[in-house]
Amino acid sequence: MSQNHNHPTEHHELNWIQKYVFSVDHKVIGIQYALTGLTFLFFGFCLMMLMRWQLAFPGEPLPLIGKLFSDTTMPGGVMLPEFYNSLGAMHGTIMVFLGVVPLAVGGFGNYLVPLQIGAADMAFPKLNAASYWSYFMGGVIMLISFFVPGGPANSGWTSYPPLSDIASTGQTVWLLGMVFLITSSLLGSVNFIVTIVQMRAKGLSFFRMPFFVWAQFVTSFLLLLAFPPLEAAAVLQLMDRVAGTSFFLPSGLVVSGNPLTIAGGGNPVLWQHLFWFLAHPEVYVLILPAIGIVTEIIVNNTRKPLYGYKTLVYSVLFLGFMSFVVWAHHMFMTGMGTTMSSFFQATTMIISIPSVVILTCLIITLWGASIRFTLPMHFALAFLPMFAIGGLTGLPLGLTTSDIHLHDTYYVIGHFHYVVAPGTLFALFAGIYHWYPKATGRMMNTLLGKLHFWISFLAINGIFMPMFIQGIAGVSRRLHTPTMYAHAQAVQGTNVFMSCSAWILGLAQLLFIVNFFMSLKNGKKTNDNPWNGTTLEWSTPTPPPHGNFTKPPIVYRGPYEYSVPGHATDFIPQVQPN
Amino acid sequence: MLPEAAPMENPHYGWGFPPDVSTYGAVIDHLIIVIHWFMLVLFVGWGIFFVYCLIRFRQRPGHKASYESAHTKFPKFLEVGIALFEAFLLIAVSYPVWSKLRYQLPEEKDSLVIRIVAQQFVWNIHYPGKDNVFGKTDPKLISDSNPLGLDMTDPASADDIVSVSQLHIPVNKPVIAKLSSKDVIHGFSIPVLRVKHDVIPGMVFPIWFQAKETGQFEIACAQLCGVGHTLMRGFVSIDTPEQYDAWMAEQVAQLIPPPAATPVTAPTTPAPAPATHE
Repeated sequence: MSQNHNHPTEHHELNWIQKYVFSVDHKVIGIQYALTGLTFLFFGFCLMMLMRWQLAFPGEPLPLIGKLFSDTTMPGGVMLPEFYNSLGAMHGTIMVFLGVVPLAVGGFGNYLVPLQIGAADMAFPKLNAASYWSYFMGGVIMLISFFVPGGPANSGWTSYPPLSDIASTGQTVWLLGMVFLITSSLLGSVNFIVTIVQMRAKGLSFFRMPFFVWAQFVTSFLLLLAFPPLEAAAVLQLMDRVAGTSFFLPSGLVVSGNPLTIAGGGNPVLWQHLFWFLAHPEVYVLILPAIGIVTEIIVNNTRKPLYGYKTLVYSVLFLGFMSFVVWAHHMFMTGMGTTMSSFFQATTMIISIPSVVILTCLIITLWGASIRFTLPMHFALAFLPMFAIGGLTGLPLGLTTSDIHLHDTYYVIGHFHYVVAPGTLFALFAGIYHWYPKATGRMMNTLLGKLHFWISFLAINGIFMPMFIQGIAGVSRRLHTPTMYAHAQAVQGTNVFMSCSAWILGLAQLLFIVNFFMSLKNGKKTNDNPWNGTTLEWSTPTPPPHGNFTKPPIVYRGPYEYSVPGHATDFIPQVQPN
Repeated sequence: MLPEAAPMENPHYGWGFPPDVSTYGAVIDHLIIVIHWFMLVLFVGWGIFFVYCLIRFRQRPGHKASYESAHTKFPKFLEVGIALFEAFLLIAVSYPVWSKLRYQLPEEKDSLVIRIVAQQFVWNIHYPGKDNVFGKTDPKLISDSNPLGLDMTDPASADDIVSVSQLHIPVNKPVIAKLSSKDVIHGFSIPVLRVKHDVIPGMVFPIWFQAKETGQFEIACAQLCGVGHTLMRGFVSIDTPEQYDAWMAEQVAQLIPPPAATPVTAPTTPAPAPATHE
């Protein structure tokens, strides 16, 4: 089943650039992905912190740093609506495509999958490097778009035409950037699939794989199958913008009193179908690696086997499949017929079942455990209720009748942020705290980490919980000046509260940044297996050398053999013969 | 250009749902409330179990984890229960209500039929006038004074009324609004009437609504439509039949001499304050 042809011991001396910049080692690439992703996450969050000033105090000049901005963005420190729209579009794009996916799939996937399956590297190391550099180029292009005339893309991260077709140059740059980002994900996903199928260590059958590997496996299929339609759609929109085609432009458009000179005959809803055909599976690309990480950490810290391992695997496979047939629930208000809307409502209700199964299995794993409240465990445990809120609030949006009132309001923003921010991001933080000692040989500081946890936990709920109140009150999304509307004025107080929470959350991340870099030098040194884990990554030297394992590992048992009766220790590593 | 927030004394709004002045909105609100109770019960149930486990099974001297998994059928019952409840909401509530709200339009002869033509960043509201026939329109004829491109050579156009961002409807009468857009996608939303629909260029969507109370309320744009998205605020005045007729007479009076259209505000100025009527 598995062969390690590319023998790990054969490699010659590499210079610094080959070793740390243009590396083909999956661990270096994983860390490059993670660091770039974290940087973009913080940058994307800074955009939001700026927007939150305008939302809390509409029309008032931003104190202190407001004067640093140009007259085309924030004259006198007061945010222009076009800049607000740009920040909103770029916040979404950056967080999803440049932050969470690269960190969850590129970072954790690259670093951990070969280690957890006992491989020396990914199947195609150069393809892996190409994937990172394509992502990097996409990121650079997105950053360049901030400096083109008219600013970056400003039609939302969803880029609905015709608005995006007639938007300023930034949108063209956005589309180019997206092509690079999508290409990067495609290259990465092929690599993961081949690696997981072909390179598992001897004895590591599919049902002995850690659940995280399963999650990455399904994620890779989602990326592979969902991204090509968006790549095609992005090229079509690019053609609409630069080559005068009308794929998404109907006839008879009149913009600002002037008829558009276009061929017409296109359909703007086509874009929405192509976009959401990617973007709904994309939600599971964001959440599945997070569920994988949380599962690993919860099992390790409960010191008992995972409850319902096979159920979880089947659930995640079913979830992956179903994620391809729910996309149009984002489009209930586009006038689809009863047959279509009935189908997509039904699939949306069905997809909630495997999510409930996953959550239930993880919670029942706690029963009979001996729970170790380590730092990563804090984040992993907090993930559960917050992911639950994110999932549950999808229900009223998934039924067309209740969606009439909640569609395109802040309720939607609250819902998907609960999945992605307190959900996925907390899981990613858990993962960083958990595997940091493996990657560096040092622990992160627990006190700083717990401060980071508690402040973030309170602040992030302070941001997103009031969004449900605003949504119920009927406040539309993407409003530069919410106080324009009487029904939004009534809940304006929540905006001030949410903005303060966002700024506190921003400050709390400084604790993480300090901890991350200080611990590189001053963190407590650890052995190879500081958490007494069972999976293969804990059997390598620390940090793992090029080629990972000192000798090709042989797997003798399942991934979660904790507290086996009659055994001296409360864990049996997968590589231990008996 | 920076919008001035409209100072508004409005007793209608607060936390919670906006008031519901529609004849059918109660079912939407009830569904949302029922789902939230369902969510709360699940969340609190899980939460209690979760916290109990964290306390009872915390690591401490003398306490060991058990290798055996919990043997319980409870998760299966829970899954089946949730699935059944969701199926109930879907089949018994959402399917029929959605079908009624979206696809069973009232008879045109019993209703007020209007066209709503969205553009950046106003709502043009087109009333067919006395003859109940909309005049022909042509995008080539669109100008500042003729935002819909009404073809004045068509006799049906002569009595047509075009109102900019000021929607007047009579109370207790079904309204059929045919939504279309001149430029980009907008989202037609009247929170108090529980009405929301995307307005997509190249397509016409008929929607309907019926008010049961009079009053002055807001039309909002729900879909990002460009730099003035925030400003795309309209006003809906739900009138008694007498008020409505008086308003209509006022509009008709302004039609003379033909073929001038109704007053038009520049597209980028903030929408005016709600009109008041005796």
